[in-house]
Amino acid sequence: MKIAVCIKQVPTREWQPRINDAGTWIRDQDASYETNEPDAYALEEGLRLKERAGGEVVVCCAGPARVSQVLREALARGADRAIHVEDDRLGAADAFMVSDALAAAMRDEHFDLVLTGLQSDDQGFAQTGVILADRLGMTHATIIMEVQVADGALRVKRELEGGWFQWVGLPLPAVLTIQSGINTLRYATLKGIMAAKKKDVRKVAAPATLEASQRILKLYVPQKQKRTEMITGGAADVAKTLVRKLREDARVL
Amino acid sequence: MILVIAEQHDNTLNRATWETIAAAQQFGGQEITVAVLGASVTAVAAELATAAVAEVLTVENPALGVYTADGFVQALRGLIEQVKPEYVLLPHTYQTRDFAPQLAASLRRPLLTDCTAVKSVDGRTAFVRLMFHGKLAADVVPQGDPPCIVTFQIGAYRVDQAQKGSAPIACVDVGLDAAAIRQKPEAPFRGAKQAVDLSQAERIVSVGRGIKSQDNVALAEKLAQALDAEVAASRPICDAGWLPMERQVGSSGQTVAPKLYLALGISGAIQHLVGMKGSRTIVAINKDAEAPIFEVADYGVVGDIFEIVPALISELAQG
Repeated sequence: MKIAVCIKQVPTREWQPRINDAGTWIRDQDASYETNEPDAYALEEGLRLKERAGGEVVVCCAGPARVSQVLREALARGADRAIHVEDDRLGAADAFMVSDALAAAMRDEHFDLVLTGLQSDDQGFAQTGVILADRLGMTHATIIMEVQVADGALRVKRELEGGWFQWVGLPLPAVLTIQSGINTLRYATLKGIMAAKKKDVRKVAAPATLEASQRILKLYVPQKQKRTEMITGGAADVAKTLVRKLREDARVL
Repeated sequence: MILVIAEQHDNTLNRATWETIAAAQQFGGQEITVAVLGASVTAVAAELATAAVAEVLTVENPALGVYTADGFVQALRGLIEQVKPEYVLLPHTYQTRDFAPQLAASLRRPLLTDCTAVKSVDGRTAFVRLMFHGKLAADVVPQGDPPCIVTFQIGAYRVDQAQKGSAPIACVDVGLDAAAIRQKPEAPFRGAKQAVDLSQAERIVSVGRGIKSQDNVALAEKLAQALDAEVAASRPICDAGWLPMERQVGSSGQTVAPKLYLALGISGAIQHLVGMKGSRTIVAINKDAEAPIFEVADYGVVGDIFEIVPALISELAQG
C-alpha cells in the first residue's frame, strides 16, 4: 500500500508562548518545536500498516524550512521518504492553506491511504485532514482508534463521545485522522537515525496563491474567568493551608 | 440569517444543540432557523420548536437515518443553497468534526472551529478560539463571502442560556443521492464495561502527565485513600495503560462533577477540562504556572506534586 502520513511541527507543550509585537501571532523565533503528538501516532500507524501489508510510507509536511526537523525524525522512525512543501507563509497558515499546499504536492503520487493526526496542538482546527481528503478526491473518517485493511477496503473504528465507538466501512483511497493512543509509539534507533540521512526529501514549492479562509485580529493571554486562590509556601505549609481551606471554607472534606 | 444545525441520535436531541441555540441568540438582531436532519425527526423538531427562534426546519430522508459524512454534507449543501444563511452554527461534537470540514471544503467557505465566544471587534463579528494548548486566545474573522460555518466548544455556552419561545415547523426537501454515500457505518457500541462510575464519586484525585511514571500512580492512590476519593486520570495516562480506560475523565471518557476534584500534574487541555469543569471545588497542583488547569481551579498550587502530595497525605493523617 502506498501510504502518506501528513505531520505538523508545533511549539512544544512546555514552551511558554510569547506574542509578537503586532499582537497577531507568536514570536516564532523564540519557540522550541516538536512533532504534533497525534501526528506521531498517525506515523506509527502508517509504519505498522506497512509492516503488515507491505508498501511504502511517505511523510509529508507543509511548512517553513524549520520543519525539516520533524521530517528527519519521521524518516528516522522508519518512513521511506519525505515531501516538504516549503514556504514561510505556511508557518501560521489556516487549514485551507495547508491542505491546498499539501494536495498540490501529493496529488500526482496517487496514495492509497493518507493518515494524519486528528488536530494540531497549536491551532487545533481539526480540519486539515478532512479538507485534504476533499482536495485529493478521497473519502475520509475521523478520530480513528483502529484500522483494518481487507480486500482493498477499510474498516475503521471511530471514537465517539463518552466511551462509545463505531466501526465504519470505507473504500480506498481514503484519508483517516488518527486519535492519540491508537498504538504505542516506537523510538528512533541509532540505525534509523543514520539511515534517515540518506533518505530522499523532495522539496516542493507551495502554490503561488494560497487563499486564507480566516484571519487572526488579535492573539492574547485569555482573561481569567474564575478567581483562583493560589496557595504558596513550602510543601508542609501548603498542605496545612490547603487541608484547612478544603475543610473549613470549601467544606468538601 | 443564522442557521443552527441540531444534532440528534435515535430521535434524542443532543443537549449541546441548546448551547448552540444560546450562542445564536447572543449574536443579536439576527433571525435564527434551526434545522434537524434524520429519517423521521418529528419528536426532536417539536422539542426544538420550544426555542425562541424564527423557525424549525426538518430535513428528512431515509438515507439520513444513520449518520454518514457524505449524506450529511449532501443534505446540508442542499439546505444552505435554499435558505442562504450568513452563518451556519453547530456544536463542536465528534460528529460535527467528522463532516463540517468536508462541508466547508466543498462549499469553499470558512470554517471556524471550537469557538468559545462571539464578540464585536471594530464593528466586525469576530469569534474567540483557544490555541497553543489552551494558553492563548485568538479573535478570528472569516475571509471571503458568506456563509461562514462556526462550531462552538461544548460548554462554552450553557443550555439554560437558551431562550424559550414558540417556532413554526416546516419541512425542506433536499435531493439526496444515497448511492453516492461512501461510508458504511455499523451500530455504535460501548467500550469497556464501566465497573467504576466516576460520576457518582464525591471526591476524585486525578492524575495527568506530571505523574511521570506508572510507579508514581501509587502515590495518587494513597492520597485518594486518605481523602476517601476515587482515582481518575487524563487521557494520556490511560493510553499508556497506567490506569484503566474506565478511569478516564474527559471528552472521550467520563464527565464528572464531584464536590472535590484534585488535579495532580494535569495541564488542563480542553479535552480534559470539558470532563470536569463542572466540579464544585477544583484544586490544581502543577509545576507549570501557565498551565490552563489554573483557569478553572478554585485553589491552585504551583509546585512539585512529589513534595506536595506526601505532605498532604501526612496532614490528612493528622486530622
